[in-house]
Amino acid sequence: MPEIKVTPLGAGQDVGRSCILVSIAGKNVMLDCGMHMGYNDDRRFPDFSYITQNGRLTDFLDCVIISHFHLDHCGALPYFSEMVGYDGPIYMTHPTKAICPILLEDYRKITVDKKGETNFFTSQMIKDCMKKVVAVHLHQTVQVDEELEIKAYYAGHVLGAAMFQIKVGCESVVYTGDYNMTPDRHLGAAWIDKCRPDLLITESTYATTIRDSKRCRERDFLKKVHETVERGGKVLIPVFALGRAQELCILLETFWERMNLKAPIYFSTGLTEKANHYYKLFITWTNQKIRKTFVQRNMFEFKHIKAFDRAFADNPGPMVVFATPGMLHAGQSLQIFRKWAGNEKNMVIMPGYCVQGTVGHKILSGQRKLEMEGRQILEVKMQVEYMSFSAHADAKGIMQLIRQAEPRNVLLVHGEAKKMEFLKQKIEQEFHVNCFMPANGETTTIFTNPSIPVDISLGLLKRETAIGLLPDAKKPKLMHGTLIMKDNSFRLVSPEQALKELGLAEHQLRFTCRVHIQDPRKEHETVLRVYNHLKGVLKDYSVQHLPDGSITVESILIQATAHSEDQGTKVLLVSWTYQDEELGSYLTSLLKKGLPQSTS
Amino acid sequence: MAAHLKKRVYEEFTKVVQQQHEDLSAKKLRLTKPSKSAALHVDLCKATSPADALQYLLQFARKPVEVESVEGVVRILLEHYYKENDASVRLKIASLLGLLSKTAGFSPDCIMDDAINTLQNEKSHQVLAQLLDTLLVIGTKLTENPPVRMRLVEVACKHLTDSSHGVRNKCLQLIGCLGPVEKGVAKEAESQAAKDVQKIIGDHFNDQDPRVRTAAIKAMLQLHERGLKLQQAIYGQACKLLADDYEQVRSAAVQLIWVLSQLYPESIVPIPSSNEEIRLVDDAFGKICHMVSDGSWVVRVQAAKLLGSMQQVSFHFLEQTLDKKLMSDLRRKRTAHERAKELYSSGEFSSGRKWGDDAPKEEIDTGAVNLIESGACGAFVHGLEDEMYEVRIAAVEALCMLAQSSPAFAEKCLDFLVDMFNDEIEEVRLQSIHTMRKISNNITLREDQLDTVLAVLEDSSRDIREALHELLCCTNVSTKEGIHLALVELLKNLTKYPTDRESIWKCLKFLGSRHPTLVLPLVPELLSTHPFFDTPEPDMDDPAYIAVLVLIFNAAKSCPTMPALFSDHTFRHYAYLRDSLSHLVPPLRLPGRKLVSPPVSPSIAPHEDPSQQFLHQSLERVYNLQHLDPQGIQELLEFTIRDLQRLGELQSELAGMADFTATYLQCQLLLIKALQEKLWNVAAPLYLKQNALASAAAKQILEETYKMEFMYSGVESRQVVIIHHMRLQAKALQLIVTARTTRGVEPLFGMCEKFLQEVDSFQRCFISELPHMQGSFVDKLLDLMPRLVTSKPSEVVKILQTTLRQSTFLHLPLPERLHKASANIIEPTGESDNPLRFTSGLVVALDVDATLEHVQDPQGTVKVQVLYPDGQAQLIHPKPADFRNPGPGRHRLITQVYLSHTAWTEPCQIEVRLLLAYNSNRSKAAAKIAKSTWNESLEALPQPENGIEGTIPFSKPVKVYIMPKPARR
Repeated sequence: MPEIKVTPLGAGQDVGRSCILVSIAGKNVMLDCGMHMGYNDDRRFPDFSYITQNGRLTDFLDCVIISHFHLDHCGALPYFSEMVGYDGPIYMTHPTKAICPILLEDYRKITVDKKGETNFFTSQMIKDCMKKVVAVHLHQTVQVDEELEIKAYYAGHVLGAAMFQIKVGCESVVYTGDYNMTPDRHLGAAWIDKCRPDLLITESTYATTIRDSKRCRERDFLKKVHETVERGGKVLIPVFALGRAQELCILLETFWERMNLKAPIYFSTGLTEKANHYYKLFITWTNQKIRKTFVQRNMFEFKHIKAFDRAFADNPGPMVVFATPGMLHAGQSLQIFRKWAGNEKNMVIMPGYCVQGTVGHKILSGQRKLEMEGRQILEVKMQVEYMSFSAHADAKGIMQLIRQAEPRNVLLVHGEAKKMEFLKQKIEQEFHVNCFMPANGETTTIFTNPSIPVDISLGLLKRETAIGLLPDAKKPKLMHGTLIMKDNSFRLVSPEQALKELGLAEHQLRFTCRVHIQDPRKEHETVLRVYNHLKGVLKDYSVQHLPDGSITVESILIQATAHSEDQGTKVLLVSWTYQDEELGSYLTSLLKKGLPQSTS
Repeated sequence: MAAHLKKRVYEEFTKVVQQQHEDLSAKKLRLTKPSKSAALHVDLCKATSPADALQYLLQFARKPVEVESVEGVVRILLEHYYKENDASVRLKIASLLGLLSKTAGFSPDCIMDDAINTLQNEKSHQVLAQLLDTLLVIGTKLTENPPVRMRLVEVACKHLTDSSHGVRNKCLQLIGCLGPVEKGVAKEAESQAAKDVQKIIGDHFNDQDPRVRTAAIKAMLQLHERGLKLQQAIYGQACKLLADDYEQVRSAAVQLIWVLSQLYPESIVPIPSSNEEIRLVDDAFGKICHMVSDGSWVVRVQAAKLLGSMQQVSFHFLEQTLDKKLMSDLRRKRTAHERAKELYSSGEFSSGRKWGDDAPKEEIDTGAVNLIESGACGAFVHGLEDEMYEVRIAAVEALCMLAQSSPAFAEKCLDFLVDMFNDEIEEVRLQSIHTMRKISNNITLREDQLDTVLAVLEDSSRDIREALHELLCCTNVSTKEGIHLALVELLKNLTKYPTDRESIWKCLKFLGSRHPTLVLPLVPELLSTHPFFDTPEPDMDDPAYIAVLVLIFNAAKSCPTMPALFSDHTFRHYAYLRDSLSHLVPPLRLPGRKLVSPPVSPSIAPHEDPSQQFLHQSLERVYNLQHLDPQGIQELLEFTIRDLQRLGELQSELAGMADFTATYLQCQLLLIKALQEKLWNVAAPLYLKQNALASAAAKQILEETYKMEFMYSGVESRQVVIIHHMRLQAKALQLIVTARTTRGVEPLFGMCEKFLQEVDSFQRCFISELPHMQGSFVDKLLDLMPRLVTSKPSEVVKILQTTLRQSTFLHLPLPERLHKASANIIEPTGESDNPLRFTSGLVVALDVDATLEHVQDPQGTVKVQVLYPDGQAQLIHPKPADFRNPGPGRHRLITQVYLSHTAWTEPCQIEVRLLLAYNSNRSKAAAKIAKSTWNESLEALPQPENGIEGTIPFSKPVKVYIMPKPARR
């Protein structure tokens, strides 16, 4: 039985280091190639030796697909392609291809220049790696090779995020990457057609959450910022450079414009400017509002948001600063945080999830005294707010996507095991489909029941459909024909044509059966009785009594002879061709029951 | 030549009358003209190839065919149809058949049999579909004939088994449009068929082609529209279609479900997978709610729209649409709305927020959580959050409709509407503000909600701010802090956007009169009075101070204790404002002062009647006394006109009517005066100078009649006749004056000709009204018509003159409601002394902001005129998008006018005004004759009053100071 095998190398019952191997109809595809934020040793990259111990990866993988530019989905790509060695095609969308190297370069800088690691990929490797990338458009079907094709769907989440459908013949898998079912200020909602894949691999970050309407959150956020600024306080918003940051920027920018506010907004520079440039370019990937208004004004050309300089942090008066990184574990955001933490007028807004162990996580869990490097104790007096602006689908969103795509199986990745358990149960209960949640390295096998396309000649099709009633989409239909399997193709043709093509002579297959009947009368009288009986029973068929003393029912021949030993027993010879098997066997069983006692 | 023309006109005229009674002349015409069908036949026979034939047919289709030759043409076409082998030609013929049977006045039953016969042998599916389409056209023309319909439906049913989707599509459409809908028809066969029709269509709900499925649902809806009661049994089938793969099917299915839910709201349907049962309307509501999160936005819009009209649904279900059942990590969470409410009710609002107040509360039983099949759950939450603004607008509209019918729901949805005020698309924000205004009777705003609402006052869009002012006008506020907050925010708005002055004052007027008791405790603070010390007198010209006073005075109207808190200058300011802004400041009963006018409020009801009566009485007087001596009539008319004008000023609701009649009487007066003149008795050339009055009068009457016809909304055809009649008289007058003053007869020929044509067209337009016009000018004129047509111009003039004098003047019936169009330019104000400077040759944009009242179709009629000092005039057509419609009968024009001129040496004023453009072709009278048909004979007739276009100024001109500077080199 054909099967699809899925093995997560990362993101199996875990968040981070997304990397999933899929084998479908003999093709091997790797979905995402991410790194893990929480580790600094070998565990940060997926274990590619699982794929092959020796030999090139290129021989084992048909293609690699990257869903979006977040590092936990593409961070290991240069390592994988350049250091481990892979030369096959890598697919990603145009915005991802544009922004991904910026992030990789930033990541490399932090690891190599700041932490001083050696044996890490170099800038050149990133460039070489990007040369292997093939960019795809939304809804464009890309033929990887003869049989394997992939297609990207819009996923929301971040600019350029896509869901991919991988299809070989009739078997297909959809991998969602990260997606968002509610639109936000700069991106639309994920959308997929009713493609009915055999397997849907979906993320499940918020498997146990149903979120409040986004509008309340936005309003709350704006209100908090507005109030603090009016009080003369400073607002720090630690963000990751790309993704949420742009959404919040647009939100604040439009608010500032609508309300005519004057307090400065800063964005810590660096890679952001480059990235903003791409946001301006890829307007088609953004939401309805931005797409419709960009002719008058591109929303990403900010009027109120300016580049941040280190010295600004000490300026008096209110201000809003977006600073990286988002979890307050290092860098500029931490520096600013240390400066401002002491003043209760100030505020820090954490717009996303914080990993355990980071300063962000500590202050969010209510810790007011932090121990910094060098045994310093930092007292946090500023207000700490948490605003979930995460752009993942919540439980309802995940269910909605499943409803839209109508998969036959679902596989959960990118989430915590405990939460997945709940969602799995719900999916099985409400959609009646199998749901899987493999751990890293664990292989799930899904058996598929692919339909096999067969070419049929038009003449045969018309002939066969003409026999029955109206064609009905929902019911299977029985057809007679000859299946020819030749050169890896299937054809259904009429028997005559098949014979002709194969150069074979037609052979007739006849079944012959003898039925003994106790009847003392003469042969022709017996025949007459049989004839009358059959005529009475088989009203819809043409029953004929031939002059040579035999009976035909359609093309079935019945002859009667006297038994050579016992004249009281007549032997009925029934003969029919293979095509009339149904009627023939019915006739035999009918005759075996004997003739009715004649009235004469 | 002229005589010949005249004769022709006369002939035409009589022929039309004949056609009213009998259609005998039709046959004669066909004999005399070269037959269309014959020509076509020749053409088609000449055609050597299918492509040729197709060309001929295409050419033929461009020309109209007159009614009487339709049948012949059809025969020719059919004949050719049977001979033709090429499918495309047959297709064209089939479509032509349909086109021809649409011809007005042609009854297609004679060709029906042939059309049905052609179906029998047709092999091409496309042609078959086209033929069925033709049958559909025939059938719709013969709706009065049940046997024909039955026959067509049978034919359609026969072809339902066709393998092509196009044919099945058309069949279903035909059944939908023609299927019998009458119930309980005596004949058994018919009722049998009636039952069948639904079943036949229902069977195709499962067709393999989505287009056919859609057509089937549409046909079912069509049957419903035609009055057939659909069976409840379809409901189950329709529900299955909601899960169809194709959006058009789902979209149609949603409609069908909605129809069924309206038909059988109270039926009980079982819930699958449980033993429970619910009302059908609730079930349907749940299902449609589910479609609000469909994959296709077209379906989402459709679903969201329909939700609004399902008013029978139980409250319990309605409530669910706003509840998403939040949870976090499997623990129940409260929404931000709930939290805000709780904070507010615990009196803790706007104090510091506590960390983690949105922390999830109780654990949820994992089994009880229903993630998707919860029907209505959160439908509106999803709809309002949708990606496409079309869906969001539809959802807001639906919310509005549901909230209007259910106060409890209105209360609930408030939070969500308030949230929509922050939508990224302005249209949505505006729509939600309007919605809120519509439901404001049912709700009271909480303080935190008010806070959010008021925050929008800072919006930079004028529309939003004004909509918000309108909303505040009719909002209920619960606390005095709320009022204070609103006032503060409005004043902030005023300083930020001074142009909103009027709108803010108006808003405060209503706010004050609605909440007198809440304003009372605020008065000392607002007026900054102090119990012991005198405070400085505020500046009377400060708009903010006026705003505060407007609020207080309106509150004081129903709160007699309030004036005691006023200080001296407040009373003085009251007196001033009462005079200068009387529409904003109500009369107050102040201690120690007598009210200048008696209080209006108790006597409003009886007050209306006398003025109405007065209007009617004065009119009666005029109409009754028409046989007095001319001097008396003139005086009476003058008095009445004066009275009416004054009445219009006093009584705003009667202004339209009074003005209208006054204008009419004015016309009459002018006419009488003109006819009184001495010049008529003397030979014309001697009195060249004196005719100035008469011709001026004629001109003025013409102008006034156009005003009467186009400036008033609510004018009915009865009035239009009178107006046209008056215009005719004016034209007659003009003709006479010209005849008197010009030498020679030549130019008169043309004028007489034209005048007679006008009389003719008048008669044709208003033939039904003629009996009401006994003894009038036109009545007499028509009697003399045969004589007029044949006589010389000088004769005609003489006849006209006597008729004009002898005719009585017509009673003008008044319509129910009549409003005069008016416009008021708010901006530019014309007060500025600073000229608008710009470089000559370049353009400068001038913002124009005006309110229009009672203008019908302002997009088409209102123009802006700019008059330069050199007499040059410029006419600007504002864009349709520049007009907004804030209320019934009211429009707002906010546009930019581009000015340019060559350099001037010093600044000068230009005039800006609004014009109402009219086109007599557009008038109601013209619409009557303009029944465009394929009738060639009409083209020969002169078009009545060939599109007289003109403009009426209807606003006061505003002067703008501009200065085009010479360009610097």
